[in-house]
Amino acid sequence: MFIKQLSVFIENQEGRLEQVLEVLKQEQINIISLSLADTSEYGLLRLITSDPVAGQAALKKQGFSAMLTDVLAVRLAHQVGRLQEILSFVCKAGLNVEYMYALSNKEGDASIICKISNGDEAAVLLKSKEVELYSQEDILRIFC
Amino acid sequence: MIWAKEETMSRAEIEEIQLKRLKETVNRVYEKVGPYREKMDQAGVAPSDIKTLKDLSKLPFVTKQDMRDNYPFGLFAVPKEELVRIHASSGTTGKPTVVGYTEKDLEMWTECVSRIAAMGGATEKDVAQICFGYGMFTGALGLHFGLENMGAAIVPSSTGNSEKQIMYMKDFGTTLLVATPSYALRLGEVAKEMGLDPKKDLNVKIGLVGSELLTEAMRGEMHKLWGEDMLVTSNYGMSELMGPGVSGECDKLCGMHINEDYFIPEIINPKTGEVLPPGEKGELVITCIYKEALPLIRYRTKDITRLIYEPCKCGRTTVRMENLSGRTDDMLKIRGVNVFPSQIEEVLLGIEEIGPHYEIIVTRKNHSDILEIRVELVKPVDVYRELEALEKKIKHKLRIVLGLDAKIRLESPNTLKRFEGKAQRVKDLRKEV
Repeated sequence: MFIKQLSVFIENQEGRLEQVLEVLKQEQINIISLSLADTSEYGLLRLITSDPVAGQAALKKQGFSAMLTDVLAVRLAHQVGRLQEILSFVCKAGLNVEYMYALSNKEGDASIICKISNGDEAAVLLKSKEVELYSQEDILRIFC
Repeated sequence: MIWAKEETMSRAEIEEIQLKRLKETVNRVYEKVGPYREKMDQAGVAPSDIKTLKDLSKLPFVTKQDMRDNYPFGLFAVPKEELVRIHASSGTTGKPTVVGYTEKDLEMWTECVSRIAAMGGATEKDVAQICFGYGMFTGALGLHFGLENMGAAIVPSSTGNSEKQIMYMKDFGTTLLVATPSYALRLGEVAKEMGLDPKKDLNVKIGLVGSELLTEAMRGEMHKLWGEDMLVTSNYGMSELMGPGVSGECDKLCGMHINEDYFIPEIINPKTGEVLPPGEKGELVITCIYKEALPLIRYRTKDITRLIYEPCKCGRTTVRMENLSGRTDDMLKIRGVNVFPSQIEEVLLGIEEIGPHYEIIVTRKNHSDILEIRVELVKPVDVYRELEALEKKIKHKLRIVLGLDAKIRLESPNTLKRFEGKAQRVKDLRKEV
């Protein structure tokens, strides 16, 4: 139901982001999607990767503050209004989207990663509305 | 275990010894040390004026500056031929201060350290690893001979090469660790990085920490890393007075017992120099009454503490000095507010999301002081909201204690400098502007 997102705390300093990517490269970990906002002091780098567990271990070893978070990977048809429709389910249920970013998809339709305030409830809700959620295995099979 | 009978004498007995030794020492320095004679003459006080212990306050103070002015041997009371050892301070703030020892001085030093080691729970069965830097610094050799004198097995591993230090601890079965509090924490971290749990995989049960002040929060961090059953005591000394061994905590952890048959403590108002009544907080002044080579009289330590004369539950009757609140030297004046780094440390160590390492940076911008604190984020987070909340929490707690706003800089674990000797966690950059 959920997939593991790797979240890394990085100071807003020259070269810090590159150091994270270097660690992942050394471990032969592929990055499928990522999100990073511009903030003045520090940032949270959120990554969907081919091996989140190994990525976290390697980053921790190199002195990074890294954690795994359960997020939803939602598959949606590439058409006007589909994302709005899915979000309307979420909003009506009184749930909040904490963050969201796009996931590249080779299959021709669209997909997003999102963290919703109550993840379990959101997952059940979306499934009941026949919204397709990717599993960790799907991610490896389809995106890598 | 109480090492020496002198630690349990009655107040009258202690004072009798102190007065006798004080008179001898004052006579000797007046006769043998030119700069002392000049100071005493200027103050209009002669050795014969010292009739009671209260008369000590008539004598002029000695400061670190006096030691520098008389570099290297000007304040020594014995000819150089009688010295058997010479140590010096690091001299980070000017010329080093040089200290010397006769054979009898070394015996006294060893005795003093054996006493404080016994206070901290050491016995002849211990394997004592000394992770202080060996060399001109008095800490390592002081603890070395004091513990060896007890019959403990010494591992003189010095500082550095932390992974090897952990290997020794494991393979030699080290039971007692001598280090600065910050290096003891660092060693615990290194053990963890090596895949060892210091609580289970190592057998270190006693920590004799010194050369840096030990806050209660820091003691808590030591327990978290090394185990709740570790007895962590702080001990006090400075090379000018001898080295470690002036005082130490016993297992009751209620202040450091001063070896009063060798040192007389006073507490003064650091601004006026006036002696404060027992129990009041101020600058510690120490007079050495049994040393031959360098018997400093009324030495201003710049350390802030108070004296506790009630006998301790451990059975010792010697006066205790409260664990230091800071040094007059370390005090920062930020936007007119007096701040001791130890106050900041107490706050930071009480916050579990951040690690025990920190750096305090003070700068000046547009004629206003800016206090910035770098800390390491040890509890990973995934949303900005939590980072902001954490920053707010740290700021708020600091504001309550200091009455000042600080800028908090969260950083990744292991980015701040680790120290093997005395930690230098304060950068006051205002002077350089």
